[in-house]
Amino acid sequence: MDLFLQQTFSGLANGAIYACVALAVVMIYQAIDHFNFAQGEMAMFSTFIAWQLMQWGIPFWLVFPICIVISFAGGVAIERIIFGPIHDAPVLSHVIVFIALFSIFNSLAGFIWEFTIKPFPSPFPEAKLLDTNLIGNHELGMIVVVLFMLSLIYLFFRFTPIGLAMRAAAANPESARLVGISVKWMLSLGWGLAAAIGAVAGMLIAPVVFLEPNMMLGILLYGFAGAVVGGLTSPGGAVAGGLLVGVAENLAGTYLIGSELKLTFALIMIVGVLLLRPAGLFGRVVVNRV
Amino acid sequence: MALLEVKGLEAFYGRTQALHGLDFELEEGGITTILGANGAGKTTTLRSICGMVRNNGAISFDGQALIGQATENIVRQGIAHVPEGRGTFVRITTEENLRLGAYTIKGAREVADGMERVYAYFPRLKERRNQQAGTLSGGEQQMLAVGRALMLRPRLMLLDEPSFGLAPLIVKELFEILRTINREEKVSMLLVEQNATLALNLADHAYLLETGRVVMSGTSDDIASDEAVRQSYLGY
Repeated sequence: MDLFLQQTFSGLANGAIYACVALAVVMIYQAIDHFNFAQGEMAMFSTFIAWQLMQWGIPFWLVFPICIVISFAGGVAIERIIFGPIHDAPVLSHVIVFIALFSIFNSLAGFIWEFTIKPFPSPFPEAKLLDTNLIGNHELGMIVVVLFMLSLIYLFFRFTPIGLAMRAAAANPESARLVGISVKWMLSLGWGLAAAIGAVAGMLIAPVVFLEPNMMLGILLYGFAGAVVGGLTSPGGAVAGGLLVGVAENLAGTYLIGSELKLTFALIMIVGVLLLRPAGLFGRVVVNRV
Repeated sequence: MALLEVKGLEAFYGRTQALHGLDFELEEGGITTILGANGAGKTTTLRSICGMVRNNGAISFDGQALIGQATENIVRQGIAHVPEGRGTFVRITTEENLRLGAYTIKGAREVADGMERVYAYFPRLKERRNQQAGTLSGGEQQMLAVGRALMLRPRLMLLDEPSFGLAPLIVKELFEILRTINREEKVSMLLVEQNATLALNLADHAYLLETGRVVMSGTSDDIASDEAVRQSYLGY
């Protein structure tokens, strides 16, 4: 029983990481209807910017918002400069550009900051808040921050005119233009938000996995798994999916398949969900009358 | 001065030219209809006004040149387009659709007022306010499209085949409401229709389009009583 609890909680801790990434993935998917393969590398790059700012002596609590703002602007810029001009190009062209961005950010980070592993401080206090060894402060803090971001996103999309306009622009660009929405800016905004969420995810993940250009490689796959399991149309589902993938892979690794096949297990979950429930566990099935 | 003035309008899909120098006008407060067979360029004309096809020539709305402007900016000047196929945002509710229609309107009061007016014209939409818009019937979605356009508080409404695919009774109801909207809200209308009888009944002016050119124009009564039009478009 102890082992089971131990593994469940450590799964939740991992799951919180995946949930962060899944949230960013869903965010961009909502805006552009594609998986952004460069999402992880963008988050990694943001985290390096935060690290650099701290190296220059700026305190964490100030670095955190600055990094979010820079990442937001960066996301907007990427959309404006790179994706704007190829907007009408076929999906494959977009995929190629995602892959290009992936390797550009990866190599650029290596070029500027080198591939050596760097420690990244946790924003949460070291002292034990809870009298338990099951879950650490940082992991707990991560879950809280993710849930907080999730509620912000929910409120934004559900109750603000801009949030509604973003959903409309993604679902039906032509109709959106006809009610006066600038679809271009909505796309840019979507990229900005996704980059900002990615930055938060990166800064939360870095204390656990340490900072280096390849830190997001495996995590992005788990993040995708979380997003798909939860449902690509549902930010809440993505977070739940991320946590679920974390716990499931950990328990499976402990009791069923051993730790070598953990990643395989995540991919099997993707395939399984896509086969049985393509909209994801929490995704909305769109009813359309014809 | 006419509210909408179109001169020498040409439109292109890729290399194919769809409109060959169209001229027409629309008076403030009036309803003008554009008639023509399939492929005559009716829809293209409306899409040109809203900047959704590549075009040349001159379009002026209340003295402002529209050509070259982005669709969303044209719309902001008070032109609401009820597109072919209704353009429903299917994944969100009826009320959210209407809210989107008021995207350019500032102030919660104005939006709430607009919503009430739309519900007064279309009580059925009020009943379905929290229903996913994709599940509405064809007639309801057409009402929603008109309602969404109305939310913009437009001066000009472009209507692309509002009768398409609807039962005759629904069409009758819809066209009566359009007439009321025209009178009460002082919204000018440019109507594109396949159903010429219906359109000539509602409109005061008509233009007849053939392969991207205006071949005849006049008051609806004149057009309706023209022998050639009667035979080829009204079918009696």
